Amino acid sequence: MIWDWNWTLEILPQLLTQGLLVTVQATLGGAVLAFVLGLFVALLRRSRRAYISRPVGAIMEFIRSTPLLVQLFVLYYVLPDFGFKMTALTTGIIGLGVHYAAYTSEVYRAGIDGVPKGQWEAAIALNMPRPYTWISIVLPQAVRRALPALGNYVVAIFKESPQLSVITVVDVVGLARGVGSESFRYLEPMTIAGLFFLLIAIPASMLVRRMERRLDT
Amino acid sequence: MMTVNPCSGDLPGVFGETMPFLCQGAAVTLQSAAGGAALAIVIALVVGLMASSPLRTVRGVARVYMEFFRGTSVLVQLFWLFYAMPILTGYQMDKVFAGVLALGLNLGAYGSEVVRGALQAVPPSQREAAIALNFSPLQRMRYVILPQAFVEMIPPMNNLLIELLKATSLLSVITVADLAYEGRLLVNSGSDQLIVFALMLVIYFVFSYAITLVMRFVERRAARMVGRGKPRRRRATAAVEAAR
Repeated sequence: MIWDWNWTLEILPQLLTQGLLVTVQATLGGAVLAFVLGLFVALLRRSRRAYISRPVGAIMEFIRSTPLLVQLFVLYYVLPDFGFKMTALTTGIIGLGVHYAAYTSEVYRAGIDGVPKGQWEAAIALNMPRPYTWISIVLPQAVRRALPALGNYVVAIFKESPQLSVITVVDVVGLARGVGSESFRYLEPMTIAGLFFLLIAIPASMLVRRMERRLDT
Repeated sequence: MMTVNPCSGDLPGVFGETMPFLCQGAAVTLQSAAGGAALAIVIALVVGLMASSPLRTVRGVARVYMEFFRGTSVLVQLFWLFYAMPILTGYQMDKVFAGVLALGLNLGAYGSEVVRGALQAVPPSQREAAIALNFSPLQRMRYVILPQAFVEMIPPMNNLLIELLKATSLLSVITVADLAYEGRLLVNSGSDQLIVFALMLVIYFVFSYAITLVMRFVERRAARMVGRGKPRRRRATAAVEAAR
C-alpha cells in the first residue's frame, strides 16, 4: 500500500485544529505549572530546616526516577477514589507539571547557586530584609540564568505530551491513533503527527539556543 | 537468616497476588532497557564521533540524525515504527524489537550530543600534545581524547539511562508485557490499584537508583584511570589515616 494523498488532506484539518489545540493546551498548562511549582520546590529545598528540605528533595528524586506514564495512571485512576474528579486533560496537565517541576526545580537551584555571593553580602550590608533580598535581588538574576534551560524543558514537555493520549486525552497523537484504528491505516496520521512535532520542536529548540547565546553575554 | 524472595506468590495478601506478575513485567522492562541502552550507546559513540568529524558532510549527516530523533517524541517514533512502517515497507517488526529500536534511536540521538560535547570539552592542548608526539589520528582518539572525554560523559549518560528506563514504560502502549503493562493488567483484573501502582513506582525507582549507583562506580573508575579524582586507597593507608 502506498501513501494516499486524498485521505491525507481529508484528515489533516482535523489533526491540525482539534489535535493541535489540545497539545498546545497540555504543553502550556504543564509548562506554567512546572515553572511555578519548580520555583517553590527549589526554595523549599534550600530551607535550613531539614524536616522540610529533605522530604521535598526525596519526593522530587522519586518523581524524577519513575516514568511519567505510571504517574499519569496514578493521577487518572487513583485520585478519583479519593474524591478528586478531573477531566483527562486537567489530569494530564497536572501530571506533566508535577513531573517536570522535579526537573525545573534543579534548574532554579543551579540559577540561585549561580548568583554571586557578593550580591547576598551587599544585600545584608544594606540591611535589606530577607524576603526583599530574595524577591528583588536574587530571584531576578537566578531566573534570568535559568531561562534557556527552562525553554528546553518547554520543548521537552511538548514532546512528552503525547503520553497523555494513553489516559484518553485526544491530542494530535491521540487523534492520529483514533483515526488510524478506525480506518486500519496508521501510516498517514502517524506520519503527520511525527512531522508536526518535528516542525514545531526543531525551530523551538533553535530559538532556545539563540536565547542561550543572547543571555550568555 | 531468612531471605524472602520478593517475586514469590507466597507473600501475604495482595503482595503474593501481584508480585509474581510485576516481576515478570519488570524482567521485560529490564531486558528492553538493556537492549535499548546497548543500541543507544553504540549509536551515541558513532554519531557523536561523526558530529565531531572535520568533514562537513559527515557532520551534516550526524546533525540531521540528531535533530530528527530529538525533534519528535519517543511515543510517536514508536507508533510510527510499529504501526506506520509496516504499511510502507510490508515488514512487520516484532513489538519488543520495534520498542528497543525506537528507544535506542531516540536516546542514541541525545547520547550523541553528550558524546560530542564531551569530546569538545577535552582541552585542545591535549590534542596538540598528541600531534606533537606524532600520534596518528586514531591513536590520538583512542589513547588521549576518548579516555578523558569518557569521564565527562558519564554523569549525563546516567541521566539518559534513567530517561531510557522510564521510556520503556511506553512499550506497554504497543502491548509489550513490561512492568507498566502487567501493572495495568492487574488493576483491570481487580487488584487494589493503589498498592499495584505504588509497587510499580517503587520497582522503577529501585532500577533507577541501581543505574545511578553503577554509573557512579564507573565514573570513579574512569576518573582514576586518567589520573583524576581520588586514587584508590590501600586498606593499610586508610587504617593509618583512621588511627591519626
